[in-house]
Amino acid sequence: MSDTGSASMLRARGLRKEYGREAGLVRAVDGVDLDVAAGETLAVMGPSGCGKSTLLHLLGGLDRPSAGELWLDGRRVDQLTERALARLRRAAIGFVFQAFHLMDELTAAENVELPALLAGCSPRAARRRALGLLERTGLADRAAFLPSALSGGQRQRVAIARALANDPLVVLADEPTGNLDSAATLDVLRLFDSLHAAGQTLVIVTHDPRIAATADRLISMRDGALVDQTRLTGGTTGHLGALAGLEG
Amino acid sequence: MQQEVVLAMLAKEPSHGYQLRARLGQALGPVGDAMNAGQIYVTLGRLEKAGLVTSERAAGLPDRPDRKVYALTAAGQQRVADWLAEVSWPRPDLAEFHLKLVAAAAARLADPIAIVDAQRRELLRRLRDAQRAAMAEPDRSDAALLLEGIVLRLQADLGWLEACERNWTGRRGQSGATRGES
Repeated sequence: MSDTGSASMLRARGLRKEYGREAGLVRAVDGVDLDVAAGETLAVMGPSGCGKSTLLHLLGGLDRPSAGELWLDGRRVDQLTERALARLRRAAIGFVFQAFHLMDELTAAENVELPALLAGCSPRAARRRALGLLERTGLADRAAFLPSALSGGQRQRVAIARALANDPLVVLADEPTGNLDSAATLDVLRLFDSLHAAGQTLVIVTHDPRIAATADRLISMRDGALVDQTRLTGGTTGHLGALAGLEG
Repeated sequence: MQQEVVLAMLAKEPSHGYQLRARLGQALGPVGDAMNAGQIYVTLGRLEKAGLVTSERAAGLPDRPDRKVYALTAAGQQRVADWLAEVSWPRPDLAEFHLKLVAAAAARLADPIAIVDAQRRELLRRLRDAQRAAMAEPDRSDAALLLEGIVLRLQADLGWLEACERNWTGRRGQSGATRGES
């Protein structure tokens, strides 16, 4: 269903990333074909070193493919100049990382407004948008806090708000719950769910089966290639009682 | 001992009861220590009555269960194939699932990785249900706590499936033979 080019927000064909050469050649991403539909939440799982983070970096233009083609919202992006690519990254892609990557000396609101300021937004508009996003991520009362005064889950929600600052076409997240406890993970899952409901396209690379289980689609990756995909949408299994030890 | 497990141990080749026991012992290690030695013959007797197994007495030996060679009938083969394809959880029967993988690999009846994949899809669907239910609960409600328990157990099960996959992928990479089988 996501195979028609027009409906694909992200589309990759034969995407490849190689490091080293000759005997030392490593194909971190090895011929990936992928379509992500607009509004879809896609989870990519796989063991450490399978190439899933590299794939995410290629999709977000943080890294250049060795071969293959990449489109974002119908526009070919793998051949852009460095400058055009940097502009595209700022304007159209939101990144979320495992270690949050917030600026420690800036408040939550200042962190969130930074991408809008860098994209040329007026300070007043950037601040208004940042406060709106913090509201949306449940952190309105933490706007003036430094990251050091926030819990891990709150920091990640600030980072997600920052990723949304320029109203990106796609949000790319790399192990977003990797540093979070159970309750904070639940908050982040709820937040992703509300983004999904608002039509945001999300690609999440993760070890966390809770994220994989709540995505629209799950792709498994091994040795740089996609090996398996599962659609998890649809009715419930009706097993909750049995799962808790109650006789069905 | 569950009937399907005994059947599956027999799927590799016709065997004496003690050989089946040795295979089970090999597959289960200390987890199988509590197994009653006589139980396997009781199960084999039932399976024979049910037409899933035939037995043949070696010539000149007394008619005792431990002298017989047992083999699967066509119906027995079918039962094993059905059991391998069946996806069952939340009964936390790790040993049964483990033996399924061991038997599938030893008898080359099914790809252990495919069995792991089918199981993982089922667990992810259940995790999805539990996680969605947890997300809809207010924080710190009693129900949220129970749902967290379900989620944590499913995560642990999925972690073990990952270990199964690594292990069986590694063995497939070796020169065909399965470790621990003679």
